[in-house]
Amino acid sequence: MRAFRYHRPADVTEAVALLDAEPEAAYLGGGTNLVDLMKLGVQRPDLLVDVTGLPLDTVEALPHGGLRIGATVRNSDLAADPMVRRDHPLLSRALLAGASGQLRNMATTAGNLLQRTRCVYFQDTGKACNKREPGTGCAARHGQNRDLAILGWSELCVATHPSDLAVALVALDAVVEVHDPGGAREIPLVDLHRTPGEHPERETSLPHGALITGVRIPPLPFARHCTYLKVRDRASFAFAVGSVAAALDLAEDTVRDVRLAYGAVAHRPWRAYRAEEALRGRPFTAELAAQAADAELAAARPLPHNGFKVPLIRNLTVRALTALAGAAPR
Amino acid sequence: MSAPPVGAVGREHPRLEGRDKVTGTARYAVEYPVDDVTYGWAVPAAATRGRISRIDTAQTLAVPGVLDVLHHGNAPRLAPGVDDTLFLLQEPTVHYRGEFVAVVVAETLEAAREGARLVRIDYDTEAHSTVLSPHHPSLYRPDTVNPGYPTDTAEGDFDAAFAAAEVQLDTTYRTPAYHNNPMEPHATTARWRDGRLLVHDSTQGSTPVQATLAQLFGLPPETVRVIAEHVGGGFGSKGAPKAPVVLAALAARQVDRPVRLALTRQQLFGPIGYRTPTIQRVRLGADADGRIAAVCHDAISQTSKVQEFAEQTAVYTRSMYAGRHRRTTHRLVRLDVPTPFWMRAPGECPGAYALESALDELATACGVDPVELRVRNDATVDPDSGQPFSSRNLVACLREGARRFDWADRDPTPGARRLGRWLIGTGVAGASYPARSRAATATAAAAPDGTFEVRVNATDIGTGARTALWQLAADALAVPADRVAIRVGDSDLPPAPVAGGSMGTASWGWAVIRACEQLRQRLRDTAVPAEGLTVEVSTADEVRAQRPLARYAYGAHFVQVRVDADTGEVRVDRMLGVFAVGRVVNPTTARSQLIGGMTMGLSMALHEEGLLDERYGDWVNHDLATYHISGCADVERIEAYWLPEEDPDLNPARVKGIGEIGIVGSAAAVANAVHHATGVRIRDLPIRLDKLLDRLPAG
Ligand SMILES: Cc1cc2nc3c(=O)[nH]c(=O)nc-3n(C[C@H](O)[C@H](O)[C@H](O)COP(=O)(O)OP(=O)(O)OC[C@H]3O[C@@H](n4cnc5c(N)ncnc54)[C@H](O)[C@@H]3O)c2cc1C
Ligand code: SF4
Repeated sequence: MRAFRYHRPADVTEAVALLDAEPEAAYLGGGTNLVDLMKLGVQRPDLLVDVTGLPLDTVEALPHGGLRIGATVRNSDLAADPMVRRDHPLLSRALLAGASGQLRNMATTAGNLLQRTRCVYFQDTGKACNKREPGTGCAARHGQNRDLAILGWSELCVATHPSDLAVALVALDAVVEVHDPGGAREIPLVDLHRTPGEHPERETSLPHGALITGVRIPPLPFARHCTYLKVRDRASFAFAVGSVAAALDLAEDTVRDVRLAYGAVAHRPWRAYRAEEALRGRPFTAELAAQAADAELAAARPLPHNGFKVPLIRNLTVRALTALAGAAPR
Repeated sequence: MSAPPVGAVGREHPRLEGRDKVTGTARYAVEYPVDDVTYGWAVPAAATRGRISRIDTAQTLAVPGVLDVLHHGNAPRLAPGVDDTLFLLQEPTVHYRGEFVAVVVAETLEAAREGARLVRIDYDTEAHSTVLSPHHPSLYRPDTVNPGYPTDTAEGDFDAAFAAAEVQLDTTYRTPAYHNNPMEPHATTARWRDGRLLVHDSTQGSTPVQATLAQLFGLPPETVRVIAEHVGGGFGSKGAPKAPVVLAALAARQVDRPVRLALTRQQLFGPIGYRTPTIQRVRLGADADGRIAAVCHDAISQTSKVQEFAEQTAVYTRSMYAGRHRRTTHRLVRLDVPTPFWMRAPGECPGAYALESALDELATACGVDPVELRVRNDATVDPDSGQPFSSRNLVACLREGARRFDWADRDPTPGARRLGRWLIGTGVAGASYPARSRAATATAAAAPDGTFEVRVNATDIGTGARTALWQLAADALAVPADRVAIRVGDSDLPPAPVAGGSMGTASWGWAVIRACEQLRQRLRDTAVPAEGLTVEVSTADEVRAQRPLARYAYGAHFVQVRVDADTGEVRVDRMLGVFAVGRVVNPTTARSQLIGGMTMGLSMALHEEGLLDERYGDWVNHDLATYHISGCADVERIEAYWLPEEDPDLNPARVKGIGEIGIVGSAAAVANAVHHATGVRIRDLPIRLDKLLDRLPAG
């Protein structure tokens, strides 16, 4: 493992300045992903700037509704926060469906959003991977790709983003607060992660050294009427094979508004805009939910081993929405 | 059956070392404080087949703290012909991807790891073949199968009887590679002093490690000492010496300092052995009532080009059920892969998955209840050897399990029970495992203060073996157990076989009981002298003189699953096992072994699978986040029961062994339950949701 220096900055400005000055430095949150990748030789920072001591560890209600979550709030604390549980239960559900108690105790909000793909080839320096080493090829494209993308992939990379939290946040129109040398700014979470395109090595729209300081969730009147369904290969402690985050607002039987996002299907948490569009303003039925899913999944291009994800996501969409609509559970 | 036990045997007792383990004071192989210690890091080959043409260690040696790099060009020489999987760093040949081809030694673990990354190795590669297939050109018939069974057997005329049978079943089952993942990886601390070698090794048997190291390094065995006081699991993969102990000993000799070397989780996927993938064709010919007349089990598995390992997959079928006309065969394919090795119930585990699944298919085909079908096909003498059984309580296990599981109320129709989105089903399978004993030596020593020390080189790999032996010793000495101390896990102790084959307690216990009995006898006439009194007993003659009987433990598994009709996810509501395993020495640790085995079978049925990438020739899901092993949440209720079984023809401990029987048949019971729930028969494990999803009955 490469020898590295370790630093705990006094404030956000110092943290940002440090990374700005050091091209091979990295922020350290709970370390549950970064440190593993350092041991494997996949990431090799020479300086770790530990941000967990920064005063970014609170969850606050915003004046006009909505929530602000500090970047270093631990996943366990976020999931257990009474405000989150009451007003944004989608976050608690997504978080508690992920990882293990021990990992959630360490993992931070920002670290969770920026965790790297679990593509097995990415994690093995003995295998070809464009994300890890641009230009070496994508071993997964014609290799073991059951767990990988069906949407938005490119020939250069077919990886998925593994976070459950990000799927819930992207459904809730979350906004990411970022500090970089130019100052503070905001990015809609849906624009934070990229599709791989020609540059799978670039996972987010953040430049080197940009520090996530928090995540804001705008008020959403029907945020409590939500569900997170996660399918995985064993009952606990496994990444999603596919997941759906949904919130539904019905007026009589008509869909007044809806939020829908998919996990484990693409290089980024996948906001299902097309499906939402197909639902809004229409009388809700299970058939409509299926049509909406089909509208979103029309663009799906399954890989040799993951064709099942298309019906899986479709079924999950129908189940999530019919459950929220109070229709008789199947 | 028998009167309740008196004394220590038969009583619940937590493991003697349990407190040390949970408080972190029990030491494992690389945790002993050692002065001047260095760290070794094994370097895996990045080629699948070929030769090393050049090794460049300049960058490695430039890393601060790196002391040396060992490879075939400079490592101390080993004696050839001992064990080809251990003939490491001697030749430039690469037999499989991940084979250890160098070791970096450094002052710190991190420096060793960084140094390992920087070793530059060039290979002359050759085309490789790593995928098992039934038509592989290298398919061959091994001379024997593990651990010495005949390769093929035949009784009667299978072909004619099968052709004439009213009901014929001909199915093929496939299992993937399974990887042993003990919590403690294979790990060693080695040091040389004055020509003597001391190692702390994570092994299931320090006596064989001692013998092998002595041979490899050309040393008298008494100059090698191997300590394995606590071992964090093995499941068979530590049943023979493995690479780390040899690499550490080589490295320690080279740098003339103690070396610690532990494998990473990723490095466990291959070099330490794994359960071979299997392709198993099972044919059953029966009458309309399900009575089997003809049975044939043809098993294909893989081995490496380093050394042959022939999994005895079809052996289970030789003795399990009746049927006059029978045949079993084993074929191997030699591939550019690591050598497969033992994994909990090698042979019986994959073999029972196939046979017990086929029996379920036969039950469905005949319209006979699958419990009843097994009862109808019970054997009265061992169909393979013709010998009588020392005891055979398969039917009793099936009946008791059926009673506890309320099996009588079961509707046999597949895919017919639905609760909301869940499809519900139940399944059954039988189980058996040989009850063997091997020779061992033990000493029992009395001290003048009224205490005793019993010594035997047993290994406790976390099973509770130490505690069981202590209980047996106390009763054989007829003293309260708190006056007895037990010492295991050190090659300086009297020699004993490995913890394997479910014969540890039978074999070690035999020697312990005899030593204690003799000591007790001696103490009838004499008081304990000031210097104490020790007796030593070997059971070699007694074990050899055993009556020729078929000795087996039996069991029956009952499982309820539910399958999500929308997603294909399988969840296990309940597993129930009933076992006939002779006497149970310690119910606490016995239950752990049995439910541990059952869970491992569930894991095999639903989760575990080494995913091979043919282009690279290795398994790509080589960590515990991607190679899924069942956890507690994967079974909501798990119960293990045992019948009171007194078998006078076993061994003085009167035990049959409990380490492996729990996994035998367990995967089949899960698979059978999935079929009952869904009507879908998945014949290649694991039963993943994507194999079910598009085949489930519509809601
Ligand atoms: C076995 C296992 C199972 C798991 N299962 C799941 C699962 O089912 N679902 C799921 O969602 N997750 C799962 N995880 C992943 C886990 O959620 C992540 O590892 C964790 O959330 C990462 O958070 P962290 O704070 O530890 O990040 P770190 O490892 O500290 O950092 C991750 C990345 O974020 C960067 N970073 C950290 N903080 C900031 C910041 N403030 N600003 C900018 N960059 C920053 C780091 O530089 C690094 O690149 C699992 C992990 C493991 C090991
Ligand atoms: S899918 Fe992406 S991460 Fe995986 S091997 Fe291909 S390039 Fe690398």
